[in-house]
Amino acid sequence: MYRILQTLFVALCLLVSAHVVGARAADDLGALVDKLGAAKLADMDEHISDLAKTGDAKVIPVLQALGEGELYQRKSDGKVFLVKAQGADLLLVDPVTGTEAGEAPKSAMQKVKVNNAVRRAVRSALGGLTLFSDDAGARLKAAQSMLQMPNADALEAIETALATEKDAAVRTVLDEARAVTLLVSERGDDEKRQAIALLAEGHGRTGLAVLTSALATADASLKPDIEAAIARIEQTQALWNAGQNVWYGLSLGSVLLLAAIGLAITFGVMGIINMAHGEMVMLGAYTTFLVQEVVRNSYPELFDWSLAIALPLAFLATGAVGLAIERGVIRFLYGRPLETLLATWGISLILQQSVRSIFGPTNREVGNPSWMSGAFDLGGLTITWNRLWIIVFALAVFAALLFLLKKTSMGLRMRAVTQNRRMASSMGIRTSWVDALTFALGSGIAGMAGVALSQIDNVSPNLGQGYIIDSFMVVVFGGVGNLWGTLVGAFSLGILNKFLEPYAGAVLGKILVLVLIILFIQKKPRGLFALKGRAVEA
Amino acid sequence: MITSFLMKSLDRDILLVVAILIGLAILVPALNLLMPPDHPLHVPTYLVSLLGKYLTYALLALALDLVWGFCGILSLGHAAFFALGGYAMGMYLMRQIGPRGSYGNPLLPDFMVFLNWKELPWFWHGFDMFWFAALMVVLVPGLLAFVFGWFAFRSRVNGVYLSIITQAMTYALLLAFFRNDMGFGGNNGLTDFKDILGFNIQADGTRATLFAVSALMLALCLVLTSAIVRSKYGKVLVAVRDAESRTRFLGYRVEHIKLFAFTVSAMMAGIAGALYVPQVGIINPGEFEPGNSIEVVIWTAVGGRGTLIGPIVGAILVNGGKSIFTAAFPEFWLFALGGLFVLVTLFLPKGVVGTVGAYFVRRRAARKARADQEPDNLVAEPMAAE
Repeated sequence: MYRILQTLFVALCLLVSAHVVGARAADDLGALVDKLGAAKLADMDEHISDLAKTGDAKVIPVLQALGEGELYQRKSDGKVFLVKAQGADLLLVDPVTGTEAGEAPKSAMQKVKVNNAVRRAVRSALGGLTLFSDDAGARLKAAQSMLQMPNADALEAIETALATEKDAAVRTVLDEARAVTLLVSERGDDEKRQAIALLAEGHGRTGLAVLTSALATADASLKPDIEAAIARIEQTQALWNAGQNVWYGLSLGSVLLLAAIGLAITFGVMGIINMAHGEMVMLGAYTTFLVQEVVRNSYPELFDWSLAIALPLAFLATGAVGLAIERGVIRFLYGRPLETLLATWGISLILQQSVRSIFGPTNREVGNPSWMSGAFDLGGLTITWNRLWIIVFALAVFAALLFLLKKTSMGLRMRAVTQNRRMASSMGIRTSWVDALTFALGSGIAGMAGVALSQIDNVSPNLGQGYIIDSFMVVVFGGVGNLWGTLVGAFSLGILNKFLEPYAGAVLGKILVLVLIILFIQKKPRGLFALKGRAVEA
Repeated sequence: MITSFLMKSLDRDILLVVAILIGLAILVPALNLLMPPDHPLHVPTYLVSLLGKYLTYALLALALDLVWGFCGILSLGHAAFFALGGYAMGMYLMRQIGPRGSYGNPLLPDFMVFLNWKELPWFWHGFDMFWFAALMVVLVPGLLAFVFGWFAFRSRVNGVYLSIITQAMTYALLLAFFRNDMGFGGNNGLTDFKDILGFNIQADGTRATLFAVSALMLALCLVLTSAIVRSKYGKVLVAVRDAESRTRFLGYRVEHIKLFAFTVSAMMAGIAGALYVPQVGIINPGEFEPGNSIEVVIWTAVGGRGTLIGPIVGAILVNGGKSIFTAAFPEFWLFALGGLFVLVTLFLPKGVVGTVGAYFVRRRAARKARADQEPDNLVAEPMAAE
């Protein structure tokens, strides 16, 4: 009997207390909100962080209203309401329940005062609160903002969020945000050390900034740790920077390779100084423009394929122009390289002016297909898709050309004619046709390069001019008559250029590279990988 | 036999050209200054400056011909020497502006005040004196050519490779002079000149004098190059052009021979640039464009490489054509120039003067041969022997 009574009593007590606790929670929130109304501006900070610490989603609209000046206090009883203006009267909304609580005349209400400091506090508190949002994207954003602007008050919120967070990406950012926040908080040194260690692992600039500012205020015992961490971060950053430079260099190198590879055929293999080479690149770019115009007007759904369509067309078009140039002019000038230079320069002027007359002197718009736009992060590197595709494309063209030269009968004939024209002729090879086709091939490749370069450069009649000197540098530097030399030359010049740029600036870097090439040619007049034997003197 | 004929005729022709140039140096300024403006024989001042500009171009082409026509070095960087000479003169003219610039700074040129520079860079010192600037006009391009040539010829960089690295040189200079930090006015270059040696640079008298000086300088350089190529050294120069290895095996120091020609040529180009700048009133980095150097090559080729008069004729023909064409059909000038490059290399490898000269030489030889064979039937059909 006694036991039953006891059980009942306990149950009763529990019930009552549960009810009381629930009521208290709501009351608490209400009381906290009401405190806002009475508070001085200086104390607002504290009240806002008290509110935020509840971690209650209901706080969000209240804080938002506070920030926007829509929070009013009823003069009669000091209760605080959210307010929507409705004519002369104000429509009151209960902050805790979210239900409408009647209307009141403006004179009966007083606006809760806010200033910029309060607004800032509201923003950071809201940041902490959105950590609990259902949307992972919103959580990530909130975590990132806490990482950017560490605020000691948000520490508990972050830790609570960490305890329940499942999304790995959000967790990573939260972890860093926690470490950053920890450093500015009043926590113990051991925890701070862990935070420093965590920050040192990362490579973010925020970590570096936080650590640097923490260094000034930290205890003497923490300073060595922080310094070590800063050194470590700087080291990793330097590594990533070097990596980024290598990437930019590879990207520039691939552009150089594309521009130079056709020249490696005409100049390197045939010994023709083709000053119109840049214009072949330009014609390729204009082919892309034409293809895109047609696609845009007639088959917009094919736009993503426009480059794939333009590639063979550009190859054929510029190849045909190359064939015409070879048959019409160059074949009369074999053995007179300097005259070839002048004649092809004349052709380049004519081609430029033709394009200018037809398409106008201004830049033409060539769009990026969807798969070539955008970028992604790889560790500390930012890699844009178009650059990546251009590298892939340049290497593919190189490989195809190498295959053509080394493994096909056409390539065999080309090499035979290059090495010993008269002997090749005696063996029944039609040398004049091989010459024409080789030149057409070199021009066609330049045209394909133009398709790729149209994605990263302005398509204008002057497009080719910008590449011609660089292409010659690459071919001469790599060694005439050697495709591998062109590859190595293009990438090493690209990377060298990008490594000089941060120290010397873009223009001075380029000047230095040119001077280095001039000096290099003095040392090795035949380039990096020189051909040996009699063919050289011929 | 034919060469002796050629030499003889060239000799006479050079004297003729020198006489024409001296005549022009007197006649054109006289017609400009003495004739009243409405007289039909009056030469307007703009035309005097334009012709003066052509003469400086002719001098530049002559300089190129010395290395390309006689030594086989196709320099695609001669515009750089021209521009350097021009900059040296431009610096003198800048310093002459003195406190009359827009900012009124007595020491610093306007662009330096604009860039907030406090003092004159070291390489601008001395350019307030004409003799110093005049020295630099020849020394700077000469020194660059000497150093560049020293390295290039010693390591036997020749043919196309040399052309390409000279092009790289002028391109590097182009990029360098575009930089504001270089202290040469960056993109805008040097302009707004006021006077030269105390004379107003805009005045008709100064313009006419500049024209006369250009003509006389061209005549002087023509005589000088003619003396060079007709000397024993000149014969070796041609030997280097035609068979470099053989000349070397015969014991000549090919590098030194080339280096001398290259340096002299660069100095002449520098003088041309220095005369060009006061007549056009501006010098900017655009003068370093690799395309400009190639254009000089085509003037020389059109006129006739390997003849001394050819480049002068070529430069004046092509630039006269350019002036007429760009005014009448601006669209077609590049077509015409491009076509000229192709046609001249294909059909006129010796150029106008070379082809015409060869024709006369052959005709004279044929006439003489016939006169020797059949003394009765003298000048019956001169064309039949062709």
